[in-house]
Amino acid sequence: MSAVIVSSTESHHAGPQVQERGQRAVFCGLTSIIWLHRRIQDAFFLVVGSRTCAHLIQSAAGVMIFAEPRFATAILGERDLAGMADCHEELDRVVSELIARRSGINRLFLVGSCPSEVIKLDLETAAAKLQAKHENKVRISSFSGSGIETTFTQGEDQCLKSTVAELPTLEAGKENLIVLGTVSDIVEDQFRRLFDELGITDVHFYPGRKAGDMPPIGPGTRLIAAQPFVGETARALIARGAVLIEAPFPLGAEGSKSWFEAIAEAYSRPDDLVQHVLELPYQRAKRAVSSHRSKLEGKRIHFLPDSQLEIPMARFLSEECGLAINEIGTPFHDQLVMRGELSRLAPEVPIVEGQDLDPALERVRESRPDLTVCGMGIANALESEGLRTKWSIELVFSPVQGFDQAGDLASLFAKPLVRESILEVGSWS
Amino acid sequence: MELTLWTYEGPPHVGAIRVAASMRDVHLMLHSPQGDTYADLLFTMIERDGRRPPVTYTTFQARDLGSSTAEIVIKSLREAAERYKPQVLMVADSCTAELIQDQPGALALGADLPVPVISLEMAAYTRKENWGAAETFYQLVRGLLSRNAPAPGTQRPSRDPAVRPSVNLLGPTKLGFRCRDDVVEVERLLNSMGVDVNVVAPLGASPQDLLSIPNADANVNLCPEVSDLTCSWLARTFGMPTIKTIPMGWGATRDFIAEVAATVGIEVNMDQVGASRLPWYSRSIDSTYLTGKRVFVFADGSHAVAAARVARDEMGFEVVGIGTYSRERARDVRAAAKEYGLEALITDNYLEVEARVQELQPEMVLGTQMERHIAKRLGIPCAVISTPAHVQDYPARYSPQMGFEGANVLFDTWVHPLIMGLEEHLLHMFRDDFEFNDSVGPSHLGSEGEGARAAKTENAQDSETDETIVWAFEAEKELKKIPFFVRGKARRNTEKFAEEHGLSTIEVDTLYDAKAHFSN
Repeated sequence: MSAVIVSSTESHHAGPQVQERGQRAVFCGLTSIIWLHRRIQDAFFLVVGSRTCAHLIQSAAGVMIFAEPRFATAILGERDLAGMADCHEELDRVVSELIARRSGINRLFLVGSCPSEVIKLDLETAAAKLQAKHENKVRISSFSGSGIETTFTQGEDQCLKSTVAELPTLEAGKENLIVLGTVSDIVEDQFRRLFDELGITDVHFYPGRKAGDMPPIGPGTRLIAAQPFVGETARALIARGAVLIEAPFPLGAEGSKSWFEAIAEAYSRPDDLVQHVLELPYQRAKRAVSSHRSKLEGKRIHFLPDSQLEIPMARFLSEECGLAINEIGTPFHDQLVMRGELSRLAPEVPIVEGQDLDPALERVRESRPDLTVCGMGIANALESEGLRTKWSIELVFSPVQGFDQAGDLASLFAKPLVRESILEVGSWS
Repeated sequence: MELTLWTYEGPPHVGAIRVAASMRDVHLMLHSPQGDTYADLLFTMIERDGRRPPVTYTTFQARDLGSSTAEIVIKSLREAAERYKPQVLMVADSCTAELIQDQPGALALGADLPVPVISLEMAAYTRKENWGAAETFYQLVRGLLSRNAPAPGTQRPSRDPAVRPSVNLLGPTKLGFRCRDDVVEVERLLNSMGVDVNVVAPLGASPQDLLSIPNADANVNLCPEVSDLTCSWLARTFGMPTIKTIPMGWGATRDFIAEVAATVGIEVNMDQVGASRLPWYSRSIDSTYLTGKRVFVFADGSHAVAAARVARDEMGFEVVGIGTYSRERARDVRAAAKEYGLEALITDNYLEVEARVQELQPEMVLGTQMERHIAKRLGIPCAVISTPAHVQDYPARYSPQMGFEGANVLFDTWVHPLIMGLEEHLLHMFRDDFEFNDSVGPSHLGSEGEGARAAKTENAQDSETDETIVWAFEAEKELKKIPFFVRGKARRNTEKFAEEHGLSTIEVDTLYDAKAHFSN
């Protein structure tokens, strides 16, 4: 068990940066399963945990939004904990039941939870044994999404990292590009069109739509992150030879442009071609963002820690929408993937890594920002105090990357403010 | 180890949070890893509560294990006591904390906190949410009241005749099904019969309020899932009688009035207490089409039992299945099932519930949010009558389930998903109308009608049929002319008829022979 929650203290941010310890109001990494199981269409996620784990995922996903989900929980009972039942035999039985039920599943992830980690249930060994039993039918491996090791979006990083060793080796002398981190299907399609126009071929999105989409990796691999919750996976890929392209995330018109430019530069694509290809989508994105700018300009925004998207969102909002950043709270600040962002952030913006909930809420109440970005458990509580909020899970569950989503992204933040200006009713009574 | 796709109940500590969130001036310190704070959104999102539940989570991490988790507990306790200044501080473990055995209750008692502490044991690996709520409420009431208990055998003094009788309403909580409105409705009902409400708890009560529970004449066990344990203890310890009828539906409301009157020793004129439109609405000829509609009921124990009675006796439905996910209430539901000549389905596995619904092919499902999805998938109309429920079942409008107004609400809510009587006739007559046919769904529900998806799921249902009996092409075609909401029943009856008569092929005539046979 390794603590992966606090990053190194090395910093590329010129401004104030503190780490807070205390009560944290964030989901655990199991929550990542909600989008991972939709992205990888032939994968199944079996959490080995407690009723709390099952309840968390269904509550965060909105109860039963899917007819039959591609995730489930093997709930540990007293017999398992008291050693009356052999956990590995029990898991064997549950997995066989599951595989018999869902014949279309090609990949099964056993997902560790807080209770399974605390009782030191070795899921890696369990997965290897089960793999031997179900060889040729389904690929079985494990990762941990436990709350004692991961927050919310870090679950995706753990999941992807667990598959890096399986990636085939890229033939010597060949080149490819890995776009790292779940993006929505439509974003992948848009990006592929732009890569084609830029003449960049052999592009892999990781994770792909199928569990078998395993990009080859080697010294000829260039790597770029599409979103921030991939730091450990990036390190594992770098260890296998990949070269990380440093860039801001493709959020907003400017972020997307810089992201593509960084890739094109790594590929030494001619500048006039790059500008020609990007000009149209860039101008379109600027137009789309500008229609929201008047609603956002000059407003003060405060980020409470939640999704790890806080820093790039703050950069987009200050750079393109004219917002003033009060404070950026982030659950985990991964310096490696955030390098391309920090240089574009105003130096006086305070970054708070980690959380101590009650004092953090007091800072919000004192400064009364125009908009607070926070988790679902907190948003209505702040709204009832007359503060406007944007619940951040929406930033993870909607297509936000790329030129053609830049306007949608601005609108996610503009909407609560527009709503405030429209409504002629009082607030919470 | 138990394979679970969806769960009807959360873990027991969520029950404890429900009690804490329902009350004033209490705080819960929950020893739990990061992530367990998701429970907040149940209250702030699903119930749209304007405040976070009064809970401090320790949110320990891997690096804290083995060294400092106990210190985090003490720090959290002190900060919670200092910041929130509750009248009572409750302390509990979530599932993971239970494993590391820090004993936060003992730590709290030894920490010399400036506030009374109630320590809870939540048994995360054997129990579930409703048990957790019941246990929390019981420990809280017992912890506050046990020192005030009279000596065993003491005769309870009779009420001064000059004082109006009063009762406590025990059991309603946040995230309970329509508790907010049921409390208002039952209080109104009691007031109209000359009975005061002394304390409502947990919902809206402070620990100070709980101290005055023994001042009432009796306790109404309004939500037995939460209040059974507490009512029994109050009966044993303070000699307070428990009023057990749950006033859901017209008949049960009248039974409730009678039980309250008998318990507190007053005379009431039943017809002057209040009235519901349900009896007349149900007798009016428009409701004839409700007769014998086959309904499947699945809910928590008390709502399942109450709904079945309303369904049969007050709506004129036929109850073809009844069950509960609540093992603690299994006995009540089994007893009720017997009355309907049924075997109760006691399970918290929604796949089993789905299989039963598919097998029974009811014309309506009364269930939880889970059954709403099952029914949607199978194209069967459904009304939600119990937790677990989703945000749309915490409505803005006044919408009680109990008392006379509650009976009105039940009538409206259960009739709404159905296709209305005359419309049903027209669908039988002109099946091929391109704009108005059964695959479109009830006209008043637009595209959201449950029937709209029926056609898609029918093949799944077909596969359930006995393979030894074959439908002739013409007979199959004739069957398709029967509207979807009775087609399942017709198919089942015809196959049963064929089987009983040793027929291997179903012809058009077999279909009509079966229709005549089962017509009654």
